Amino acid sequence: MTLGGVEILHDVQISVAPGEVVALMGGNGSGKSTFVRALVGALPLSSGSIEMFGHAPSPADRANLGYVPQRVTASAGVSATAREVVMSGLLGAGRLRPVRDARERAERALTDLGIGALARRDVGTLSGGEQQRVLIARAMVRDPRLVILDEPMAGVDLPSQESLTAALADRKERGAAIVIVLHELGALTRLIDHAVVLERGCVVHVGEPPAALGVHALPGHDHVHPHPDPPERASGPLPMDVTP
Amino acid sequence: MTVLADPLVQRMLIVGVLVGLAAPVVGTYLVQRRMALLGDGIGHVALAGVAAGWLAGSAAGLTQRDALAVPGAVIFAIGAAAIIERLRTRGTTGADVVMAILFYGGIAVGVLLIGAAGGTNANLLGYLFGSISTVTWTDVWVTGALAAVVLLLGIGLRPSLFAVTHDQEFARSTGLPVGALNMVVAVLAAVTITVAMRVVGVLLVSALMILPVAIAQVLTHSFTRTMNVAMVIGATLTTAGTIITVTYDVQPGALIVVLGVGAYVAVSLVASMRRARSAR
Repeated sequence: MTLGGVEILHDVQISVAPGEVVALMGGNGSGKSTFVRALVGALPLSSGSIEMFGHAPSPADRANLGYVPQRVTASAGVSATAREVVMSGLLGAGRLRPVRDARERAERALTDLGIGALARRDVGTLSGGEQQRVLIARAMVRDPRLVILDEPMAGVDLPSQESLTAALADRKERGAAIVIVLHELGALTRLIDHAVVLERGCVVHVGEPPAALGVHALPGHDHVHPHPDPPERASGPLPMDVTP
Repeated sequence: MTVLADPLVQRMLIVGVLVGLAAPVVGTYLVQRRMALLGDGIGHVALAGVAAGWLAGSAAGLTQRDALAVPGAVIFAIGAAAIIERLRTRGTTGADVVMAILFYGGIAVGVLLIGAAGGTNANLLGYLFGSISTVTWTDVWVTGALAAVVLLLGIGLRPSLFAVTHDQEFARSTGLPVGALNMVVAVLAAVTITVAMRVVGVLLVSALMILPVAIAQVLTHSFTRTMNVAMVIGATLTTAGTIITVTYDVQPGALIVVLGVGAYVAVSLVASMRRARSAR
């Protein structure tokens, strides 16, 4: 896959079964966020192709997708309530206006994430963790089969992290397939079934998530050293060294 | 009240209310997207359309030489909005410079063409600063039809237009037709500018789209309510401006904008005093 003529991702495949959580990891510039943004249709491709559920994403596939982008987009120029933001999750291809019970469904999704009382608050005045929960409620209100979250714990306070983890555990139990882009595992460790690690746009590890010990627990660590020849090592697990 | 029996005053009030209702609908989406000054730029290009229409009317030997001014403005404004939308979505390098060239080129071409078509300075000033006091019943019908389109689409598609202007990346992931909806906003902005041009002129058109939204934002924090309150404020400002204009000899477009600025300052002051009192 190329963007602006530059190859960004090379034959990246992620398999995630219903009820499974996969962590997509890698250092800065490894291509993990680019991968999910291209997958959900947020990035136009110069060349290459994207497949979801085994084929090019169709409008029906999009209806089964719940995407949580990075939080920078929670507030905009005009104030909007948390309920309005969550209700926008009920739209899609061929559905330009929300369903009849949209308001009730939005409030239920907010309540599931422990912020039902904030439904009428301006989302721009909420804390980082609360804003993140609103964005997750917007994805979950779609009742998706596949949930993709891009760095959901970035800048999120501890109570919100616990609430987010509980909400994702609940969604996992209900059979959703979940892909989470992460820089480090943190509070989500207990949910992760396996990890896919990217380096320079290639898969370099598929298997057990790297232990969040030693240098791997340090912010800024790239989790993937040393990996001499990334493309050839794509099929097997790599030793996740914990020494610098 | 005898003033209200005057057909000219009735026409002014009808056009004023229609524009006052329609402009903030599009303004809400522009503010949401942090493109509050877009209307200003498109207005500049619309003037070239007015002039081109005028020139075409003169060349065709029409009795009313400016009969094609509004259609010309609509075509040019939609063209400019489409170009700007394309530059914005592609993230083209130097897009701001291209837009500046488009905007100032538009107004310069407009001034030259109006002169070439035999227009006077008074005609030019009418388009630059508005000429609501010269509206005809034909203007009322044209304004009514265009305002109806803006209100119908701007309010009817509000949920999906909100989704697209609030978070485009998420909207794409849901399968919403983001490109088409972005173009709807751009075309609605172009049509609104053409409609509002008659009331406040191309130089002040952006104010009628943005000021009511800015005032509404001080009063409420819901997107839907902001748009609804802004529509009421917009219609109130144009009505008040028109009534004052009928009584006193002042320029209506400028008066409406000054009333809007005054209302914004007053509402902001009251809101900040309330916040200070509740913080104590």
